[in-house]
Formats: sequence, C-alpha cells, structure tokens
Amino acid sequence: MLNIKDLSVAVEGKQIIHDINMTIQTGETHVLFGPNGAGKSTLLMAIMGFPKYKVTKGSISFKGKDITGLSVDERARLGIGMSFQRPPVVRGVTTRVMVSACLKGRKDGDTIEKLAARADLQDFLERDINYGFSGGEIKRSELMQLMAQRPELTLLDEPESGVDLVNIALIGELMNDLLEKNCPIAERRCMGLIITHTGHILDYVNARTGYVMCDGTIGCVGDPHEMLATIREKGYNECIKCYLGRIPLHE
Amino acid sequence: MSKIKTSRTYDDKAKAALNKAAAYGEDINLDNYVNPAEKLPYQEDPSKLAAKTKKDMLGAGIILDDPGLRSGTYLQMDSTPVHFSARQEGIEVMALSQAIEKHDWLTDYLWKAVPIDSDKYTANVELSDNDGYFIRALAGHKTVYPVQACLYMAQAKAVQNVHNIIIAEEGSELHIITGCATASPNEPGLHIGVSEFFIKKGAKVTFTMIHNWNPEIAVRPRTVTIVEEGGLFLSNYVLMKPVHSLQMYPTARCEGKGATVRYNSILTAGKGTNLDVGSRVLLNAENARTEVISRAITTGGNIVARGYIEGNAKDVKGHLECRGLILGEKGIIHAIPELKGDLAGIDLSHEAAVGKIAEEEVEYLMARGLTRDEATAAIVRGFLRVDIEGLPPMLSAELQKAVAASEKDLM
Repeated sequence: MLNIKDLSVAVEGKQIIHDINMTIQTGETHVLFGPNGAGKSTLLMAIMGFPKYKVTKGSISFKGKDITGLSVDERARLGIGMSFQRPPVVRGVTTRVMVSACLKGRKDGDTIEKLAARADLQDFLERDINYGFSGGEIKRSELMQLMAQRPELTLLDEPESGVDLVNIALIGELMNDLLEKNCPIAERRCMGLIITHTGHILDYVNARTGYVMCDGTIGCVGDPHEMLATIREKGYNECIKCYLGRIPLHE
Repeated sequence: MSKIKTSRTYDDKAKAALNKAAAYGEDINLDNYVNPAEKLPYQEDPSKLAAKTKKDMLGAGIILDDPGLRSGTYLQMDSTPVHFSARQEGIEVMALSQAIEKHDWLTDYLWKAVPIDSDKYTANVELSDNDGYFIRALAGHKTVYPVQACLYMAQAKAVQNVHNIIIAEEGSELHIITGCATASPNEPGLHIGVSEFFIKKGAKVTFTMIHNWNPEIAVRPRTVTIVEEGGLFLSNYVLMKPVHSLQMYPTARCEGKGATVRYNSILTAGKGTNLDVGSRVLLNAENARTEVISRAITTGGNIVARGYIEGNAKDVKGHLECRGLILGEKGIIHAIPELKGDLAGIDLSHEAAVGKIAEEEVEYLMARGLTRDEATAAIVRGFLRVDIEGLPPMLSAELQKAVAASEKDLM
C-alpha cells in the first residue's frame, strides 16, 4: 500500500504541490489527470524521492514504512520504480547495462534478451541508453527496464505521449504485464500510478480510481472513465471551476 | 646506437637542438638523469625473466608466459634490447641497431618522419646511447596475433633513450601492443621515445599503448606516422596509472589518397600527475580521413588535452572529440581542439566538453536501484568505454581489461 498524507512539495524553494492525500491499495492502479503545470510530475518525482523535490509537509509511506526521508535508490530497492518522461542520455552506458542493473539482486528475473524481445528492442541493447532513441523507443526502453526491476509500485509519467498507434498497443501490453492486470485481483501485489494527458492509456489499463490535479493539489477523485469523458467534453476549465466552487472561501 | 653511422649533418643538427625546449610541457633538465651504466644480458627465453619484472610488464599488457598469443616480442631494459623474436613469417621484430646492420636501406628511414631537431629530447636520443625496436610487416603479410614491445626502465634516475622504426609494407597488416613499465615504484626517471611509422599503400597498422610507469617518471615521446594511399593507422593510448609528467603530441601525416588515421586516447591524472597530450593529423591528400577521440579524467591532476586537424587537400574529412571529466574537487582539464583548413570542400569538425558527472544521470541510475557510488562507477566506466573500430577483438579485450583494472583507483 502507498499512503500519502498531507503532502506538500517545493522545488527550488517554490511550493508546487500542497496537501495531497492519496491511498493506493495493493493491486490497484490509479490515474492522474490534470492540465500542464498542475503538479502531476512533481508528485511522481516526490514519491520516487528525487532530491530536487523537497517535502515541506506531510509524509509518504510505502508498505507500512515511512519513506519520506529515504533516498531514490533506497526507494527503488524497496520496490518503487518509475518510467521517465524525458530520461537523460548516458553516453557509454548501454541499454544492456541499464537492464542488467535493474535485474540486479533478482534471481527470478527474465534474461536481458527475453526482455528486449518483449519490448521489441533487441537491436538497442548495445546502444548507449536513450541516445538517438525515438519517443516510442524511449517509452519501450523505460518499460523494459521496469520489467527487469519488477517494482511493486510503478510510477508512469505519460507513457503514451509521442507514441504512434502501433506502438501504443505494445506499450499497453507491457504496462499490463508490469501491473499484473492479467492475474486475478486477489493475487495482484503490484500497484500503479499513471499520469495521462490523453487518457488513451485507459483503453489498455484497467484503472478504477482517477484524480484530477489542478493548482498543485487534488481537485477531484472518482471513476477515471467518467472523468475522462467530462474532461474530453468540457476541458479542464470545467474541472477547475467545479473545484474552485468547492473550496471554502477562507482558503 | 653508437655503432650506427649517422651523417655529419644529423650530428650537427642534433647538437644545435640540444638546448631547444619543447613547445609544450614542463622543460626537463636532462642533467638530472644519468645514462644507464651497464648493458644488460640478452635473454633467449623471456619467460625466464624475474617474476617481478614479468609482473611489471604484464601491467602494461606484455605477456611473457604464453608466447602463442603474440606474433613477436621485443623487450628493452633501459637502453639495452634484452630480447627480440618473431614467430610469424613475414614479420620482422628486432633491435633497431641490429636491423640497420641487416638492412642497409634502413638508414634512409631514420629521422625521416620525426625531425631530429624537434627539440632537446629528439636531439638527446640521437646523441646518446640509444636503441629501440624495428618492427616490419613484409608486403601482403598480416599478423594474426599482435607483436608486443616493452620498454622497461630498470635503473632509477636514468634516462631511457629509445628510437623505434615501424614499417608496414604494401598491403600488410600489423597489430602492435606496446607497454612501458618501471622497476621502481617511486624513483624518478626519464623516458624519451622517438617512434617513426611508415604505413605503405593499402597497409594497416594498429598500435595500442598501455603504460605502467610510476609517479616520479617524466615521459617525452616523439612520434610521427606517415600514411600512404589507402593506408590505415589506428592508435590507442591508455594511461590509467600515475606518471609525473607526460608531454606528447604525436602527428600523423596522411600523404596518400584515402589514407585514414584514428587516434583514441584515454587519460587519467591523479594528484601530482601532469599530462599535456594531444594528437595531430595533417590531411595532405585527397579523401584522407581522420577521427581523433580523447577521454580525460582528473581526480586531482592537470591535463591539457590537445587536438589538431589540418585539411590541406580536396574532400578530406576530420572529426575531433575531446571529453573531460572532473572527479573530485581539485584537478584541471584544459581542452584545446584546433582545426585548420585552407580549401573549400573540406569537412572538419570538433566537439569538446569538460565537466563533472551530470547529477541527472546519476539519479536516473539510482532510480533503478543502484547506489550513488555504483551509479557513478557505471557512468565513469561508460565514459571510458571507447569502441574502437578496426581493432582485433583480442586487443580490444586487453584494452578494456587495462581500463577496468584501474577503475577502482579512480573512485
């Protein structure tokens, strides 16, 4: 279980998100909607624990443990994994090296070749990670690394952005694999939190809880399919208006 | 090579340059070093050398216990050739002094590529007791395994004067691995190595250097390579161990159409190490190509990383890449890439970058579960990974091994 309580996060001294509360039960996948600049990525980065994202208030706990003070790698080893939207190129470090780093410490892991075949990235293993990768290749490479890592909580930042229609089905499949959507709910141990702009990903991932973020906080919680329908029809402005209407005046 | 007759003009030219400081690097007072006193005995079977000597040499990539892995071996201690042998037909490996007695045409090659009056160091080699290796591949012959050469500094506070000649005749292929090593872990010494390479039409030479000096040694190599039509010269320089002062600016001259030169250098400098190292390529013939790549890491030492490409003929192409990484608080990397062209239609480019490891990259790897140290090590390892096109897999593996062996010291 992931439990976020009254979380506020600042980046370079500027408050970006505030008072976030969220609980993801084991086996559940939740979806984050929201306009650009709402603070969705900041929330993911803070859960992953990047030092630039400073928790100014509240706490994050994972599997019953307060992880607010843990470093990125400690959180990764505890079972949190993240796909980067714009991962850096690391010259000289091959995709193979990255995947094998992700496999480290896992005896039951698939072989690197098998994972590459699943992500259709066989020809990329000896290439420097992310160097000259297309948008779709980056997404697949991120998911391949996560499949090697097998995190219990998977954080996905717009996994469908910049991906063409052929690739999106494959990406959907990889996500389902990561989130164990093909096994019965009772047996699932994996959780997911996915940022999506377009909602396309809902066609592939079975998520029951959605949030709309605006102005650095969660404005609305509900069924993600319903939310998406409203957003598509009326845009985020309607969400914001609705949210602002519900804020007591003293705030 | 006192017995070698050099012309009067050589002698005069050398004498005139005896006080000529080099263009770059710290000026070394030659009087601080003695000439090696004794001639060392020749060793028929190099595997019988002292265990410690063999270990020092192995640190520089020289294998003496398994001669099957090499096409030939040349070992020199101070100024004495102590062993040379070739194991493959069409390959000659011997002391230069002996080669000159065998081939009377060879004197034409002496100081043909490297000007004798380049500086006091070249002059000193000519005017002192010197020797070096002569490695030659006869026309059309190709080495299966590399030829290895080791220049070993046995006596402390001495100067080692070396003069090497390498000739790849037409259509031949020669792979050479050379390593320098010192007996003492901390006594000063001066190594001066003149190397002249002649790569004839369609020939290919790969030259891989792995060094293992000590923190008090000064080194002044002077190397020029002449590449004829369709020839290829591939030079790989690896310095992962400490040295006091190293200054070199090897030059390759592409004199024939389509001649190709690649320089790869991996340099590391800890505290007390001063490197001024560059590679210079003159593209003097149509369609000549070059790629000059250097990777420099300082953990407290000073590195000047130079590079120079000059395009003097039609349709030449050259690229210079200088990347420096500063690990730790101190240490300087000064990258000086230079390009010169005087014709339309030439294509020269360079990229240079000096900095610390990007935090974003470290965090990316940490997000996959690596600790900060593991992530940093992976990035440094990647930085040092230079894929060398055209290098036989065996040499490539030895190069990676030499780099990997020293990685830990960097961290």
